[in-house]
Amino acid sequence: MRFRFTQTAIDTTQARRELLDLGAGGYVSFEGWVRDHNEGQEVTRLEYEAFQELAVKEGERIVAEALRRFPVKHALCIHRVGALGLSDMAVWVGVSSAHRGEAFDACRFIIDEVKHRVPIWKKEHYRSGDSGWVNCERCAAAPHHTHAHA
Amino acid sequence: MQLKIQYYALMREQAGRSEESFETSAATPADLYDELTRRYGFTLTREQLKVAVNSEFSDWSRRLTAGDAVVFIPPVAGG
Repeated sequence: MRFRFTQTAIDTTQARRELLDLGAGGYVSFEGWVRDHNEGQEVTRLEYEAFQELAVKEGERIVAEALRRFPVKHALCIHRVGALGLSDMAVWVGVSSAHRGEAFDACRFIIDEVKHRVPIWKKEHYRSGDSGWVNCERCAAAPHHTHAHA
Repeated sequence: MQLKIQYYALMREQAGRSEESFETSAATPADLYDELTRRYGFTLTREQLKVAVNSEFSDWSRRLTAGDAVVFIPPVAGG
Protein backbone atom coordinates (compact mmCIF):
# COMPACT_ATOMS: atom_id res chain seq x y z
CA MET A 1 0.00 0.00 0.00
CA ARG A 2 1.43 3.34 -1.05
CA PHE A 3 -1.22 5.35 0.78
CA ARG A 4 -2.51 4.44 4.21
CA PHE A 5 -4.06 5.74 7.41
CA THR A 6 -2.91 5.38 10.99
CA GLN A 7 -4.72 6.04 14.26
CA THR A 8 -1.43 6.46 16.10
CA ALA A 9 1.76 8.49 15.63
CA ILE A 10 3.31 8.10 12.18
CA ASP A 11 6.47 5.97 12.37
CA THR A 12 8.73 7.85 9.98
CA THR A 13 11.72 5.56 10.60
CA GLN A 14 9.72 2.56 9.38
CA ALA A 15 8.13 4.55 6.55
CA ARG A 16 11.50 5.77 5.28
CA ARG A 17 12.78 2.19 5.28
CA GLU A 18 10.07 1.24 2.78
CA LEU A 19 11.60 3.66 0.26
CA LEU A 20 15.14 2.26 0.33
CA ASP A 21 16.49 1.30 -3.09
CA LEU A 22 20.02 0.56 -4.24
CA GLY A 23 19.41 2.82 -7.24
CA ALA A 24 18.27 5.76 -5.14
CA GLY A 25 20.67 8.62 -4.54
CA GLY A 26 18.44 10.37 -2.07
CA TYR A 27 15.03 10.82 -0.56
CA VAL A 28 12.74 13.78 0.12
CA SER A 29 10.03 13.83 2.76
CA PHE A 30 7.31 16.22 3.83
CA GLU A 31 5.73 16.29 7.28
CA GLY A 32 2.50 18.20 7.88
CA TRP A 33 2.21 19.36 11.51
CA VAL A 34 -0.65 20.71 13.59
CA ARG A 35 -0.22 24.47 13.82
CA ASP A 36 -1.43 26.67 16.67
CA HIS A 37 -3.31 29.13 14.48
CA ASN A 38 -5.49 29.24 11.38
CA GLU A 39 -7.38 32.10 9.76
CA GLY A 40 -6.81 34.35 12.77
CA GLN A 41 -7.98 31.80 15.34
CA GLU A 42 -5.87 30.16 18.06
CA VAL A 43 -6.03 26.43 17.49
CA THR A 44 -5.68 24.10 20.49
CA ARG A 45 -6.29 20.68 18.92
CA LEU A 46 -7.64 18.95 15.84
CA GLU A 47 -9.66 15.96 14.80
CA TYR A 48 -9.24 14.28 11.44
CA GLU A 49 -11.68 11.86 9.94
CA ALA A 50 -11.72 10.14 6.57
CA PHE A 51 -13.99 8.16 4.29
CA GLN A 52 -11.29 5.55 4.36
CA GLU A 53 -12.54 3.15 1.71
CA LEU A 54 -12.53 5.83 -0.99
CA ALA A 55 -9.66 7.82 0.51
CA VAL A 56 -7.25 4.90 0.23
CA LYS A 57 -8.25 4.34 -3.40
CA GLU A 58 -7.82 8.01 -4.27
CA GLY A 59 -4.55 8.25 -2.33
CA GLU A 60 -3.21 5.20 -4.16
CA ARG A 61 -4.19 6.78 -7.47
CA ILE A 62 -2.30 9.96 -6.55
CA VAL A 63 0.89 8.09 -5.68
CA ALA A 64 0.57 6.00 -8.85
CA GLU A 65 0.21 9.21 -10.88
CA ALA A 66 3.34 10.62 -9.22
CA LEU A 67 5.27 7.46 -10.09
CA ARG A 68 4.15 7.74 -13.74
CA ARG A 69 4.79 11.45 -13.98
CA PHE A 70 8.20 11.63 -12.29
CA PRO A 71 11.12 9.19 -12.70
CA VAL A 72 11.34 8.29 -9.02
CA LYS A 73 11.96 4.94 -7.31
CA HIS A 74 9.37 4.74 -4.56
CA ALA A 75 6.75 6.94 -2.94
CA LEU A 76 4.55 6.58 0.12
CA CYS A 77 2.02 8.74 1.95
CA ILE A 78 0.66 8.13 5.46
CA HIS A 79 -2.14 10.23 6.94
CA ARG A 80 -3.16 10.19 10.56
CA VAL A 81 -6.80 10.24 11.70
CA GLY A 82 -8.32 10.81 15.12
CA ALA A 83 -7.48 13.39 17.76
CA LEU A 84 -4.21 15.34 17.34
CA GLY A 85 -2.48 17.91 19.52
CA LEU A 86 -0.29 20.84 18.57
CA SER A 87 2.88 19.87 16.69
CA ASP A 88 1.64 16.32 16.09
CA MET A 89 2.33 15.03 12.61
CA ALA A 90 -0.86 14.81 10.54
CA VAL A 91 0.65 13.60 7.28
CA TRP A 92 3.93 12.24 5.93
CA VAL A 93 5.04 11.92 2.32
CA GLY A 94 8.32 10.31 1.28
CA VAL A 95 9.89 9.81 -2.15
CA SER A 96 13.19 8.18 -3.11
CA SER A 97 14.84 8.62 -6.49
CA ALA A 98 18.14 8.49 -8.34
CA HIS A 99 18.40 12.28 -8.33
CA ARG A 100 16.98 14.92 -6.00
CA GLY A 101 15.06 17.10 -8.46
CA GLU A 102 12.34 14.62 -9.30
CA ALA A 103 12.07 13.56 -5.65
CA PHE A 104 11.23 17.14 -4.62
CA ASP A 105 8.76 17.46 -7.51
CA ALA A 106 7.00 14.17 -6.80
CA CYS A 107 6.77 14.90 -3.06
CA ARG A 108 5.22 18.30 -3.76
CA PHE A 109 2.80 16.79 -6.27
CA ILE A 110 1.62 14.13 -3.83
CA ILE A 111 0.95 16.44 -0.88
CA ASP A 112 -0.79 19.02 -3.08
CA GLU A 113 -3.07 16.41 -4.67
CA VAL A 114 -3.82 14.72 -1.34
CA LYS A 115 -4.97 18.02 0.12
CA HIS A 116 -7.32 18.63 -2.80
CA ARG A 117 -8.67 15.21 -3.69
CA VAL A 118 -8.68 12.76 -0.78
CA PRO A 119 -11.86 12.65 1.35
CA ILE A 120 -10.33 13.66 4.69
CA TRP A 121 -11.84 16.29 6.97
CA LYS A 122 -10.33 18.38 9.73
CA LYS A 123 -12.16 19.84 12.70
CA GLU A 124 -10.30 22.60 14.51
CA HIS A 125 -10.89 23.40 18.16
CA TYR A 126 -10.11 26.99 19.14
CA ARG A 127 -9.02 28.65 22.36
CA SER A 128 -12.26 30.65 22.25
CA GLY A 129 -14.17 27.40 22.79
CA ASP A 130 -15.50 27.37 19.23
CA SER A 131 -14.77 24.66 16.75
CA GLY A 132 -15.22 24.29 13.02
CA TRP A 133 -14.77 22.00 10.05
CA VAL A 134 -12.05 23.52 7.89
CA ASN A 135 -13.32 24.64 4.45
CA CYS A 136 -16.90 23.80 5.41
CA GLU A 137 -18.18 26.45 7.77
CA ARG A 138 -16.88 29.29 5.66
CA CYS A 139 -18.15 27.62 2.51
CA ALA A 140 -21.56 27.49 4.10
CA ALA A 141 -21.38 31.20 4.84
CA ALA A 142 -19.92 32.10 1.46
CA PRO A 143 -20.92 29.54 -1.14
CA HIS A 144 -18.81 31.15 -3.84
CA HIS A 145 -15.59 29.83 -2.36
CA THR A 146 -14.39 26.95 -4.46
CA HIS A 147 -10.85 26.57 -3.15
CA ALA A 148 -11.48 23.15 -1.67
CA HIS A 149 -12.76 21.64 -4.91
CA ALA A 150 -10.18 19.97 -7.11
CA MET B 1 -35.94 1.36 -2.63
CA GLN B 2 -33.56 1.10 0.27
CA LEU B 3 -30.18 2.87 0.15
CA LYS B 4 -27.31 2.89 2.62
CA ILE B 5 -26.10 6.38 3.40
CA GLN B 6 -22.99 7.31 5.36
CA TYR B 7 -22.31 10.79 6.71
CA TYR B 8 -18.98 12.40 7.50
CA ALA B 9 -17.70 15.54 9.19
CA LEU B 10 -20.10 18.52 9.12
CA MET B 11 -22.81 16.44 7.48
CA ARG B 12 -22.55 13.74 10.16
CA GLU B 13 -23.10 16.40 12.80
CA GLN B 14 -26.00 17.98 10.94
CA ALA B 15 -27.68 14.62 10.26
CA GLY B 16 -27.05 13.51 13.85
CA ARG B 17 -25.91 10.07 12.67
CA SER B 18 -23.03 8.48 10.83
CA GLU B 19 -25.09 6.11 8.70
CA GLU B 20 -28.57 4.93 7.99
CA SER B 21 -30.67 2.76 5.72
CA PHE B 22 -32.97 5.14 3.90
CA GLU B 23 -36.14 4.35 1.97
CA THR B 24 -36.48 6.69 -0.98
CA SER B 25 -37.80 7.07 -4.48
CA ALA B 26 -34.95 9.44 -5.42
CA ALA B 27 -33.73 8.52 -8.88
CA THR B 28 -30.29 10.15 -8.65
CA PRO B 29 -27.82 11.35 -5.98
CA ALA B 30 -28.94 14.91 -6.79
CA ASP B 31 -32.58 14.06 -5.98
CA LEU B 32 -31.47 12.20 -2.87
CA TYR B 33 -29.45 15.15 -1.62
CA ASP B 34 -32.43 17.47 -2.06
CA GLU B 35 -34.63 15.06 -0.13
CA LEU B 36 -32.10 14.68 2.71
CA THR B 37 -31.53 18.42 2.87
CA ARG B 38 -35.25 18.93 3.47
CA ARG B 39 -35.03 16.35 6.24
CA TYR B 40 -31.81 17.42 7.99
CA GLY B 41 -31.30 21.02 6.91
CA PHE B 42 -27.83 20.52 5.44
CA THR B 43 -26.18 23.90 4.95
CA LEU B 44 -23.79 22.88 2.18
CA THR B 45 -25.10 23.29 -1.34
CA ARG B 46 -24.77 20.52 -3.88
CA GLU B 47 -22.25 22.65 -5.78
CA GLN B 48 -19.94 22.44 -2.75
CA LEU B 49 -20.07 18.65 -2.56
CA LYS B 50 -18.94 15.61 -4.43
CA VAL B 51 -20.77 12.32 -4.21
CA ALA B 52 -19.62 8.72 -4.06
CA VAL B 53 -21.71 5.65 -4.87
CA ASN B 54 -20.41 2.26 -3.76
CA SER B 55 -17.09 3.80 -2.69
CA GLU B 56 -16.28 5.47 -6.00
CA PHE B 57 -16.79 9.07 -7.13
CA SER B 58 -20.01 9.39 -9.09
CA ASP B 59 -21.96 11.81 -11.26
CA TRP B 60 -24.91 13.51 -9.60
CA SER B 61 -27.13 12.22 -12.42
CA ARG B 62 -26.28 8.51 -12.07
CA ARG B 63 -29.35 6.25 -11.71
CA LEU B 64 -29.46 4.84 -8.20
CA THR B 65 -30.42 1.23 -7.62
CA ALA B 66 -31.57 -0.59 -4.49
CA GLY B 67 -28.75 -1.31 -2.06
CA ASP B 68 -26.42 1.40 -3.35
CA ALA B 69 -24.16 2.95 -0.71
CA VAL B 70 -24.11 6.73 -1.02
CA VAL B 71 -21.69 9.18 0.60
CA PHE B 72 -21.84 12.95 0.17
CA ILE B 73 -18.37 14.47 0.33
CA PRO B 74 -18.05 17.95 1.86
CA PRO B 75 -15.04 20.13 0.94
CA VAL B 76 -11.97 18.15 1.94
CA ALA B 77 -9.18 19.35 4.26
CA GLY B 78 -6.49 16.70 4.50
CA GLY B 79 -2.82 17.43 5.07
